[in-house]
Amino acid sequence: MRIGVVTFPGSLDDGDAARAVRIAGGEAVRLWHGDADLHGVDAVVLPGGFSYGDALRCGAIARFAPVMETIVDAARGGLPVLGICNGFQVLCEAHLLPGALTRNQHLHFRNRDQHLRIGTTETAWTSNFTEGEEILIPVKNGEGCFVADTKTLDALEAEGRIVAWYTRGNPNGSQRDIAAITNEAGNVVGIMPHPEHAVEALTGPSLDGLGFFTSALRHLAGAAGGQLTGGATR
Amino acid sequence: MTTQPDTVTGAGEAKLSATAFAATDVLAGDIDTVEQAAKTPDELQPHTELGLKDDEYDRIRQILGRRPTASELAMYSIMWSEHCSYKSSKVHLRQFGEKAPKNTRMLAGIGENAGVVQISDDLAVTFKVESHNHPSYVEPYQGAATGVGGIVRDILAMGARPVAVMDPLRFGAADHPDTARVLPGVVAGIGGYGNCLGLPNIGGEIVFDPTYQGNPLVNALSIGVLPVERLQHKEAAGIGNIVVLLGARTGRDGIGGVSVLASATFDEGAEQRRPSVQVGDPFMEKLLIESCLELYDAGLVAGIQDLGGAGLTCALTETAAAAGTGMRVWLERVPLREASMSPTEILASESQERMLLIVNPDKLDEVLAVAEKWGVWATAIGEVTPSETEGEPGRLVISWNDHVVVDVPPGSLADDGPVYARPIREPGDLILLQADRAETLPRPASPEELRETVLRMIASPNLCDKTWVTEQYDRYVLGNTVLAQPEDAGVLRIDEKTGLGVALSVDGNGRYARLDPYEGAKLALAEAYRNVVVTGAEPVAVTDCLNFGSPEDPAVMWQFAEAVRGLADGCQELGIPVTGGNVSFYNQTGAAAIHPTPVVGVLGILDDVAKRVPMGFPPPPGAEGDLLFVLGTTTDELSGSEWAWVTHGHLGGKPPKVDLAAEQRLGKLLAQAAEREFVVAAHDLSDGGLSQVLVESALRRNVGAKVTLPGDARTAPFVWLFSESAGRALVVVPRGHETAFRALAEEHGVPVTALGVTTEEQVLDIEGQFAIGLDELRTAFTGTMRRLFGGPAELGAESATVASVSAISATADPSFTSAPITAAGPSEAAGASQAASAQGAPSSDAVGSSQAAGASEIASSASGGSNTAGVSGTAGVSGAAGGSGAAGGSEPAASLPGGPVDSSPAQAPAPSDKATEAEKPTQD
Repeated sequence: MRIGVVTFPGSLDDGDAARAVRIAGGEAVRLWHGDADLHGVDAVVLPGGFSYGDALRCGAIARFAPVMETIVDAARGGLPVLGICNGFQVLCEAHLLPGALTRNQHLHFRNRDQHLRIGTTETAWTSNFTEGEEILIPVKNGEGCFVADTKTLDALEAEGRIVAWYTRGNPNGSQRDIAAITNEAGNVVGIMPHPEHAVEALTGPSLDGLGFFTSALRHLAGAAGGQLTGGATR
Repeated sequence: MTTQPDTVTGAGEAKLSATAFAATDVLAGDIDTVEQAAKTPDELQPHTELGLKDDEYDRIRQILGRRPTASELAMYSIMWSEHCSYKSSKVHLRQFGEKAPKNTRMLAGIGENAGVVQISDDLAVTFKVESHNHPSYVEPYQGAATGVGGIVRDILAMGARPVAVMDPLRFGAADHPDTARVLPGVVAGIGGYGNCLGLPNIGGEIVFDPTYQGNPLVNALSIGVLPVERLQHKEAAGIGNIVVLLGARTGRDGIGGVSVLASATFDEGAEQRRPSVQVGDPFMEKLLIESCLELYDAGLVAGIQDLGGAGLTCALTETAAAAGTGMRVWLERVPLREASMSPTEILASESQERMLLIVNPDKLDEVLAVAEKWGVWATAIGEVTPSETEGEPGRLVISWNDHVVVDVPPGSLADDGPVYARPIREPGDLILLQADRAETLPRPASPEELRETVLRMIASPNLCDKTWVTEQYDRYVLGNTVLAQPEDAGVLRIDEKTGLGVALSVDGNGRYARLDPYEGAKLALAEAYRNVVVTGAEPVAVTDCLNFGSPEDPAVMWQFAEAVRGLADGCQELGIPVTGGNVSFYNQTGAAAIHPTPVVGVLGILDDVAKRVPMGFPPPPGAEGDLLFVLGTTTDELSGSEWAWVTHGHLGGKPPKVDLAAEQRLGKLLAQAAEREFVVAAHDLSDGGLSQVLVESALRRNVGAKVTLPGDARTAPFVWLFSESAGRALVVVPRGHETAFRALAEEHGVPVTALGVTTEEQVLDIEGQFAIGLDELRTAFTGTMRRLFGGPAELGAESATVASVSAISATADPSFTSAPITAAGPSEAAGASQAASAQGAPSSDAVGSSQAAGASEIASSASGGSNTAGVSGTAGVSGAAGGSGAAGGSEPAASLPGGPVDSSPAQAPAPSDKATEAEKPTQD
């Protein structure tokens, strides 16, 4: 299975995301922001970093990159897309996900190992977890405070689209402790903490991050076998 | 040469000013050309304002056979500054070469941008530490940020991909209001730049001492990795090659940084030097890194030099001088942020994120294509020229719009600066200071007193948990961080296939060095060495950042000479060479110098990072627990210790004895024990002694310990807990390995003392003395930084047991109260008043009015350029934020990277959202 990892100018965790794809058993394909061609990948990861120097707003410029125009169309057609940190910000700016990521409430960049509770396994990226499972992966951001209007927040909760909550502490002030969300189809997931940094015992606080990538591979294998089409079953 | 300016020229009494750089052009009428200089030999020139002494100016005239042009004068003043020329330190630094042990690993050493050490057949690492002290005091956020940027470009210039940073930081008293201005800004600047570059921050130091009140030390270390064959050189070789300027456009920021800012001791007008602080844009630097690496890999670069302190002047003269070639440069081709810049300003600008490339003409198009891909400017500004006379080096000829403004032998700037053997004299107070030993101070004796002392010590500013700082740094990016702070050393995986990696630690102790600079330098080396060996790594190389007061003070110069001698002797004894570093002089306020502070970084190699040894007690395998041993010899050594400082505000006596042969034996033992997996945890004993180490190792993974302190029950427990004897480490040995480990220790001649066991019960139990629950320890250990600096309050319901910490009287600690202590007195007093004035006048306007002439001079020059105006403006905001005291988590208001409207050629407008964010109220 080929999973694309996009590099924007200012992407920083792109190599790590590619490594995580490989460790999970997939083939990582590097995609360039200026190239609209997805080179036949089966899924895409938008990695962490500071694309275009976070100019204007985080993710605001990346949204207009040629590669994003293709990704937005493909995502609407069911392509699994995972946005991590800056990638989550890009997905919100691209209106593939609702809400926005704003400056951490305490105004500091914060890097720590963070406990999350999995909210739904019915996405392309979380089927290998169990609902309510607690995982530990790093969080590191300056603008990771998830905000949305009450109606949107209520809808996300009611529709089971909160993919993970912060637990044992909220690192940035996100509303309702939201750490990750998905779109209605379950193929697009945005997550503020960094699963790609918890894939090796040597360098991460756990191996819990691997589940996101193995879930995608399982989802793709299922799709290839004709069991699933167009995103996860709901 | 690189980053910025930290040391300064021997400015003496002269009143230096950044405006002098602009003024030189104006003084000379329109544009001062070589032709005009020849015609008007008697024209008065402002050489003293630029930091040049009369005899230095005479020598310039001699070299040129005429008076220098305005641009030439500026260039000499920059290149002959202390920062660039090492004119006061050179005669001492030679020892690092003379005493260097034979070493086959070193591919590049002192004199290069950074030392390069081969770690396998095909891989090398390059690392160096530099200072950015003065800029970080004047404008904490940008000063610290550009310190990171500068050292990273040094690493890049060697052909390496930068892979990590570390930051040894020293501030004034922890509770001094000005520390609340400086520290949050510095930390946010380091984080803001390093995080955006995608470099993990893997270690460093945070030290508080009133000696640094008016002159904090912000040192920055970076390490990079390169394939051996990708090593780059700075020589401008190849006649006819093109000189290309790559990266950001040149603006008015940082003009005179090396000579004006680094230039001298701070007086009361530090704020007016804000325009001399550079402004960083980490996004541009990230693009610069990626484009340079692509250029190296494609073999498109014949020579490369970074631009930092001294800007184009340094890069042009050093590349040409290194090759012995000449160079022809057309200055009007340099892309500018402000069209009105004069040739002198262009040559003196320290705008960040620029590199100078020497490129074969055939490859120019490919170079430009790579630059375009990454969206950075690349401009051909000149070419390498032959020497006119056979056997003579070529000349550097620079024109500006058809006027030749510079015509000099580049070597006279880069290599032939003045060299001074400055007078040295042992400080008059040293004998009395050394006689005032801490070993005679009253000690806690009862179990209750000892218990209270442990809690008070771990909550003191220097020993407390520094997560408040380190969690503002990304330590995960790049995915190769195996160990990071608070571990003893940062450990990085370099080769994913083989597990080959490096360990890196950086340490210093200004108090030890104040008591004995020779031994103090060796102790800093020993500690960094020990921090590396406890991870199981083999130390191979050293870098140093020597932070001292004014070299014009014979007492300071004596401290410097002694410290260099100590470090060179120490490296010789340990068999590891100094590969590069930096000297920072003029760290003083008024007449009072800081404690001499040699900061030493040691690099070690780990064949397999999977075998690295962490510091935390692992969860005990069963009810019996693992075994604890102290390696080395503990004696009654408390002078200069953290205990003497925290509980008595005392600094006196002689620092702990250092035995480098013993350190080496300890290192060999630990390397073999790690390799054979006899030890599952190890922690170096240093500041705060065994007490500190037990607490840190227990809290790391929440594992308790039951400890029996050896020896006489009345006095010994205190010495065991708080002595800072060198050459020691605490190790955790699984029961099955005890015999083998003891045998190995005996083989290496390292004394082993059984101390106790780790326990499932979450208590630190010192048998027969006291027991403290880990929750109580954690509360004391982790509360201090937030209490001092506010900020990240827990937003959710984090568990944390909340025991009362009020019993630990923070305000009784001298590091809190900034009371004058022994010989540090004058420095402290001056520092306090300095800081107080900064505090009282947070806005740049207010400063301007109090600083009459000087400030308005700057103000008028600043108003001419939106760039400089932006800098002082944001700095003012930062000061105001600091003025609100420790309550607000004053996320640096000055987080505006690239103030000027500078639409770079890529699709990337200058970031602006952060600035607006930062102007919001910051109280939590």
